[in-house]
Amino acid sequence: MMSEVIVVTSGKGGVGKTTTTANLGTGLAAAGHKAVLVDADIGLRNLDVVLGLENRIVYDITNVTDKQIPYRKAIIKDKRYENLFLLPAAQTKDKTAVSPDQMKELCDDLRQEFEYVIIDCPAGIEQGFKNAIAGADRAIVVTTPEVSAVRDADRIIGLLEANELRDPKLIVNRLRYNMVKAGDMMSIDDILDILAVELLGVVPEDEMVVITTNRGETVVQDDKSRSGQAYRNIVRRMNGEQVPLMDLQEGGILKKLRKFMGMK
Amino acid sequence: MLEFISRIFGKDSSPSKNVAKERLRLVLVHDRTDISPQLMQALKTDLIQVISNYMEIDEAALEVSLDSSENQIALVANIPVKGMKRSGKVAPTGA
Ligand SMILES: Nc1ncnc2c1ncn2[C@@H]1O[C@H](COP(=O)(O)OP(=O)(O)OP(=O)(O)O)[C@@H](O)[C@H]1O
Ligand SMILES: [Mg+2]
Repeated sequence: MMSEVIVVTSGKGGVGKTTTTANLGTGLAAAGHKAVLVDADIGLRNLDVVLGLENRIVYDITNVTDKQIPYRKAIIKDKRYENLFLLPAAQTKDKTAVSPDQMKELCDDLRQEFEYVIIDCPAGIEQGFKNAIAGADRAIVVTTPEVSAVRDADRIIGLLEANELRDPKLIVNRLRYNMVKAGDMMSIDDILDILAVELLGVVPEDEMVVITTNRGETVVQDDKSRSGQAYRNIVRRMNGEQVPLMDLQEGGILKKLRKFMGMK
Repeated sequence: MLEFISRIFGKDSSPSKNVAKERLRLVLVHDRTDISPQLMQALKTDLIQVISNYMEIDEAALEVSLDSSENQIALVANIPVKGMKRSGKVAPTGA
């Protein structure tokens, strides 16, 4: 079976790694792929609540890496998709509870069963980062169009390359089209100019991300939302399809018209 | 158009994203000077090989470093020359 271990990383915190992991995982599962999402943010478990699976956790990743149980006992099946699973992080331990070697072994076990193993990396460049990338074949770097986030992305890209993870793909998250148009936010071209990596996708700033996350759902399942469309496009690109960047203008003509007529 | 008007009325001279991009460019010039010792060593080895085609150098005393100032970065090499090769001809590489 063709299987890929992909780490989602960023350097800077809070730019959307967990959101990206949850949405890509759900999108891949919806497209018929068997996927497992690994929360490598040990001590700050998040992926479970983003997926709405927090009440089902019994075991965590450290029980598996410590060889107390096989991974099959620790993974949790998603509420909606039969072929989507979560391996939760430990909440009461710290990053040193897992070693890069253990992580590598875990990834190699998981790749026997799953088409996609997606690892949600913690922020920073310390032990947690090193663990998260240890077993990965490829990396997705998430950034936002801000100086600090792009700077950290640059550093992460350098560190990934130093660790033999070449050609990471970039996702620019929380882009605000109107600000870009007004010259008050760096554009995709500006960011690519500086980072010189391949673009995997652009996700607009969208309140639907917050609303769906509140409910423990992922926006990729929401047919109407723009960010959901952006994530679905990324999933298709991950499967080798050529999908053009979507029109980032906020709202189509219809929406603008409705707004104009005060219908919102 | 709106942007044009707001610029005319003196809000800002340069769009803030230009400022962001320029600041980013400069900060990365400095960040990226942080190259690994292995890469530096590889550069040294290559330098020695190339220069040895033209002159005799003191390999042990060779120093290479990256020097960064406010807005540019320079590769600084200090290569003590022990002697020149007699022939003015370039030695064929790889011979
Ligand atoms: N495109 C978006 N539009 C609006 N809000 C977003 C978007 N992407 C992420 N967010 C919000 O930003 C916040 C941070 O996202 P997330 O937790 O995914 O970041 P992270 O990189 O995993 O953070 P950490 O470094 O702490 O692990 C969340 O509240 C999320 O809902
Ligand atoms: Mg996170």
